[in-house]
Amino acid sequence: MNHDASILIIDDERQIRKLLQIILNSARYHVVEATNGKEGLTMAAMHPPDLILLDLGLPDEDGQNILIKLREWYVSPIIILSVRESEEEIIRALDNGANDYLVKPFRTGELLARIRNALRLIKEVDGTAHIQTGNLNIDLTGRVVIKKDAVIKLTATEYSLLTLLARNHDKVLTHQYILKEIWGPGYIEQSQYLRVFIAQIRKKIEDDPDNPIIITTESGIGYRFNIE
Amino acid sequence: MLNGYLDRSKSQQYSISIIATLSLSAVCYVISPYIGYLAVALVLLFTVSILSVILSVFPVLLAAILSALIWDFFFIPPPFTFHIGKTEDILILAMYVTIALVNGILNSRIRHYEKMARHREGRLKSLKLYNAVFSSISHELRTPLTTIMGVTENLTDQGQKLPEQDKKVLYNELYIASNRLNRVVDNLMNMSRLESGHLEAKYDWCDVRELIRSALNRLSDEMKSHPLKVDIPEGLPIVRLDFGLMEQALYNILQNVCFHTPEKTPASVEAFFQDGILEIIISDDGPGFKEEDKFRAFEKFYRSPGARSGGLGLGLSIAKGFIQAHGGDISIENKKSGGAVFNIRIPVYISNLSAENEP
Repeated sequence: MNHDASILIIDDERQIRKLLQIILNSARYHVVEATNGKEGLTMAAMHPPDLILLDLGLPDEDGQNILIKLREWYVSPIIILSVRESEEEIIRALDNGANDYLVKPFRTGELLARIRNALRLIKEVDGTAHIQTGNLNIDLTGRVVIKKDAVIKLTATEYSLLTLLARNHDKVLTHQYILKEIWGPGYIEQSQYLRVFIAQIRKKIEDDPDNPIIITTESGIGYRFNIE
Repeated sequence: MLNGYLDRSKSQQYSISIIATLSLSAVCYVISPYIGYLAVALVLLFTVSILSVILSVFPVLLAAILSALIWDFFFIPPPFTFHIGKTEDILILAMYVTIALVNGILNSRIRHYEKMARHREGRLKSLKLYNAVFSSISHELRTPLTTIMGVTENLTDQGQKLPEQDKKVLYNELYIASNRLNRVVDNLMNMSRLESGHLEAKYDWCDVRELIRSALNRLSDEMKSHPLKVDIPEGLPIVRLDFGLMEQALYNILQNVCFHTPEKTPASVEAFFQDGILEIIISDDGPGFKEEDKFRAFEKFYRSPGARSGGLGLGLSIAKGFIQAHGGDISIENKKSGGAVFNIRIPVYISNLSAENEP
């Protein structure tokens, strides 16, 4: 819908920029390009884009640093595109304020879906009283979760966890972030709580808990609540 | 055994040489009244021959000369002098010394050539392995590259003339080839992670059900053609594992199953926990493993002779390496009905937490 949104690509590889430009143009996004971190920072400041695609392996400065510098003032979505695939790197980027992370090589369809989701997030911010996905409906004001017209009983912790994920739908929340938000800073290492509660919630809200589609696992990184 | 002796230090070799010669001489001295001094020469020569097999050249020469002097001094009449009475005894002593020396030198030469031959054989073997690995990597990289280059050229030059249907086929080939290339790169990266020696499992609490599901999801394309049964008991505890490494290990094994069994072959994944050990069993109803492949399947770059072409032969060795990084192990068996069974056993810590006791 929001197809005239502008996207800034910060990547030093000409081929990648070319590919992204074609993909994004054909999805009717307006594309601007920067070939290194410094140029990217300047361009973002001069004409703030609706979304930034940031590479981590930049020639002049590490992408993680550029991300931190951007996040000092830039509030729109930033999606990382990188060949770095280690869990530490991904978690660091998410903690540094990236909205999403795609490892190169990525699938075009996947990239466009992530961009759509990220852009939709800004349109919704807070205000939403209802979050709906498939046959699940979460009423945030009434604190009621309904699946196929039946009210689902959730414990207080299960409800907080589900709504934390739902409010940040289509965004990866890292284990550490969720633990800190739900159980407090003292529980960051206690990921067994998270596993147990996620399994418990899935049993209640998923059609097939062994094949979850609402809350999906990002291996070794975190969880994502999917709408669509 | 032989090499064990050869590895002995120089001083040890000389000691063996002297002690053996002296003790045999002592025995001979006691029994010489019954066997005569000529038979003693044969016993000593025999000793030198034995020593020449197990010692290097100079200790053998020492034994030869020492035993010759002993024979001359203690045994050849008149005893207790180096003087030799009869001319034939001089001849025998000369022959004794010659035979002992030649024996020692010959034996040491033979061993030298043997060593060189072994060395050459070893180099030849490693060269053969290197060539096999190199040509396998080259093949696995170049095959998809050939497709990609050929298809893109074809689309660039003939794009307008090609019917839509053919274009679709070509695009699909491009997609398959790039995925294959991606897998090869992944495997090589994982292997170099293992080889670097810096691989360390980063333990975190894992839901085994989630872990297995996650591996299966990555495999969804291949698994479509293989009906899969997942059997995980309800009460399986939360365990400490490296999620990423274990997911990759399970993925590699399941991919191996899909690759080496005909389409529509049923497969199953089971998991249970007992006595501190998490056991994951992956099995299929395919043809199973040949006897020698059961052991060699986990070797780097090993591909079963006659297997379907494609792949580097790294998948299972990476899986094994990642499992071993957890202090666990994996073994292969065949079912009585013929299918393959992968048995993974990992010692794990478990959490006694359940969702009822809310923190």
